[in-house]
Amino acid sequence: MKREKNWVNYYLQSTSGIVGAVLVLIMITLSLISAFGLAPHDPLEQNPMDALQGPNGTYWFGTDQFGRDIFSRSIDGMRRSLSVALLSVGLATLFGVTLGVVGGYLGRWIDNIVVRTSDVIFAFPAILLALAIVNSLGNSWIDTSVAIAIVYTPIFIRVARGPVLSVKEMDYIKSARVLGYSSPRILGRHIMPNVFAPIVVQVALSLSWAILTESGLSFLGLGTQPPDASLGLMVSEAQALAAFAWWSLAFPSIFITIVVIGLNLVGDGLRDALDPARRSTS
Amino acid sequence: MRDLLSLQGLSIQTSSDKRSLTADVNISLVEGEALGIVGESGSGKTLTALSILGLLPRGVEVVSGEINFNGENLLSLEPERLREIRGKEISMVYQDPMTALNPVMTVGNQLLEVLDYHNHEVKNPESHVRESLIEVGIPDPERALKSYPHEFSGGMRQRAVIAMSLLLSPKLLIADEPTTALDVTIQRQILSLVSKQRSRRQMSMLWITHDLGVVANLVDRVAVMYAGRIVEVGTTKQIFNSPQHPYTQGLLASLPVASSRSRNRLASIPGVPPKPWLVGQSCSFADRCQFVQIRCRESLPLLDARGSKSVACFYPIASST
Amino acid sequence: MPCAAKVVHGITIFSIMKKSSLLSRLLSVTTTLFGISIFVFLVLRVIPGDTITSSLGIETGALNQEQIESLRKYYGIDQPIIGQYFSWISSFIQGDFGFSYSTGTPVLQLTKSALLVTMELALLGTVLGVFLGISVGMFSARKPGSFRDFLGQFFGLLALAIPGFVLSTTIVTVMANKFQYFPNGNEYMSPVEDLWMNLQQMLFPSLVLGIAVAAPVMRTTRSALLETIDKDFVRTAIGKGVTAKAVRLNHVLRNSLIPIVTMTGIQFGYLLGGAVIVEKIFALPGMGRQILDAINKREYATVQSSIMVFAILFVTINLITDLIYRRIDPRIK
Repeated sequence: MKREKNWVNYYLQSTSGIVGAVLVLIMITLSLISAFGLAPHDPLEQNPMDALQGPNGTYWFGTDQFGRDIFSRSIDGMRRSLSVALLSVGLATLFGVTLGVVGGYLGRWIDNIVVRTSDVIFAFPAILLALAIVNSLGNSWIDTSVAIAIVYTPIFIRVARGPVLSVKEMDYIKSARVLGYSSPRILGRHIMPNVFAPIVVQVALSLSWAILTESGLSFLGLGTQPPDASLGLMVSEAQALAAFAWWSLAFPSIFITIVVIGLNLVGDGLRDALDPARRSTS
Repeated sequence: MRDLLSLQGLSIQTSSDKRSLTADVNISLVEGEALGIVGESGSGKTLTALSILGLLPRGVEVVSGEINFNGENLLSLEPERLREIRGKEISMVYQDPMTALNPVMTVGNQLLEVLDYHNHEVKNPESHVRESLIEVGIPDPERALKSYPHEFSGGMRQRAVIAMSLLLSPKLLIADEPTTALDVTIQRQILSLVSKQRSRRQMSMLWITHDLGVVANLVDRVAVMYAGRIVEVGTTKQIFNSPQHPYTQGLLASLPVASSRSRNRLASIPGVPPKPWLVGQSCSFADRCQFVQIRCRESLPLLDARGSKSVACFYPIASST
Repeated sequence: MPCAAKVVHGITIFSIMKKSSLLSRLLSVTTTLFGISIFVFLVLRVIPGDTITSSLGIETGALNQEQIESLRKYYGIDQPIIGQYFSWISSFIQGDFGFSYSTGTPVLQLTKSALLVTMELALLGTVLGVFLGISVGMFSARKPGSFRDFLGQFFGLLALAIPGFVLSTTIVTVMANKFQYFPNGNEYMSPVEDLWMNLQQMLFPSLVLGIAVAAPVMRTTRSALLETIDKDFVRTAIGKGVTAKAVRLNHVLRNSLIPIVTMTGIQFGYLLGGAVIVEKIFALPGMGRQILDAINKREYATVQSSIMVFAILFVTINLITDLIYRRIDPRIK
């Protein structure tokens, strides 16, 4: 579609958007490397003789107190964080957009319930709610993803609902209905394209928050459990080590920061590229 | 008599891509005189007016010319001197009264602000402000002073803005289509209000409008702008009775005439004005002119002064007198 | 910290509130609170009931009979699930937040002192963050597109992207080990006991929280300022001879305050949650730490009540923000 070609071009015009995309792609690549078992060392393998070495030729990011390679653990941790982020945001998008569009389109009591429910969830600070849910459900990465998904569903409901509400009242929709067009067709043809842009932007931003939340949970000991590698967990373990092994703190932290910056830049770039108001004349 | 205000060769462009928005504008005004600048939207009249007080929006700038006020070139003034002049020697009233006032400040405070930032000899600022509100026809000035802009109608807001501009008896009032956004009945009230104030204070005035009819009884001289240039200047009488530029003639012809027998269609000039920056070395009106000749498309007609009258046309319409 | 979420959330709450009168708003808030209580109840009921009873049984030695009975009532044990909910909610409303058997004290009492700590922390963090955010925002907005603007925005991005726990850990590592300065290693002192020690102990944690708050506040400030500068009334002010400084303060900033205040209110509410991690690292006995400890010790009564308290606070703060908002903007009556 011609329109899609346009926004990609616009996106590519923004330096920060490109930088963000590059950062994210780097992290995805590293995660894949870990996922396929191609990391230089086994993230779980302990080499007590090599414990607490600084970054060198063998261990690019140094080793921790058990002699585990911090680089391999970092990319494995990134893989976990991204998996949780993708699953949780995926679920939140699926449920949020569905509920938001259904509620917005059908209106009345259905909409009311949807809004009320999301208000309730919204009433909690994200970490707290995720804490509580994880506490009930469990620690596995799926449980964590579900917890984060529940926490972020309301925002997707809101973001999806907005355009539905404003477009629904427009005259061309009303005439489409009068002409007898079926609801699914109206939804698909006219309403969903308006929902697409804000949702895509929200996905990018939510991914960045999900990573922060997941690593926060792991830091508190409520996410990934040792000896598995998780960026938050590694920072937590580094609390005792950082004074004399700065690499144990620095590298996992930098990884988190880079991927979050990248996703934010991508989100901003997408927002600018997809927003029709971006076209500046004089 | 020396000119109070004189714009010479004023050219305004966009900063980023250097598109010309006005070119070579020459306007002058003597003390006590009222000059109307008439033109369609896009003709550059508002930008010209804004440039006098240095109020051009971001991305637009003056690239050449002079703006002389009372012997000083406003374009090369110290910022502090320009600030002094604003609101005190030159004041401005704007097109949209709904957005011209600060929504979170009381109207009274906004008027008092003018007095706060200038040296003046007003003994009692508050009562001076109160009286100014009465002068412009705002009832219950006590309440008005404490009210916020959103509590006023558009007409009332414009009156307040006018009061604000007259507080320090400026020598020159610039009015940029102050009645365009208002109802017709309110328009007339505002027009008569300004007219009255002007004669009372012997104030000079620059009145920007797209409506020739408005200036008929309001100003002494008229300058017609088209596509960023002045195309004709003359006294109101001259412009209305014997327009020389085909565009001016077209404008006059398109004025609706209230006549019980008139069943004619409203005349209009076919076509649309060109963008100022796309016009090359030719007459900008050539494409729409019914008297166009080859020369019109090949070179640029300059404003040619014949006495108090000047016109930028190679084949001006001969006067019938 | 999800800032756009908060903006959307805040704007939505705000727009709901704008349209209704005080009474209908209170009603709406109360229904939301009930909804919240049901939600909290359900979330923590995923745990099978006998886990609760069994843990009750294990620790019974720490409580006297009266306390055990009250706890039974609090949980609504031996009742169907609906009965359990009502049993709990009625206990809660009457001020019975259950018992913490590890300390032998009623949760209400624990909550009172913990809440004060968290509130102080959140308040300091918000004040710091708003100050920082507005300053950097103003700095950036003076010359949009310039290098200083880029710098300001870059710092905003960093503030957003560096997790609170990373910043905290770094501070602890550097301060405690390199500079031997770690006031949080001492026993916590409340402001009335030892103000100086208290402030020192609050310094780093509120700094970390402040930085997290500063990021969205900076963004909001910057975009609000840029939007306002182009407005007509600013031109009017300049045109009538107001000094540049006065224009910036009285016309531009004053009109930008509204979205900034909204954002601040939202941030303060979220800080209550963000405090969890910071309280743990800096050993502050606040609500966040209370919840964490309770989770680890499986004291569900404490977890349930504490989360409920948080939610109530959050909703209240939104209400207050809305009221402040109405005072600032005379257009809303």
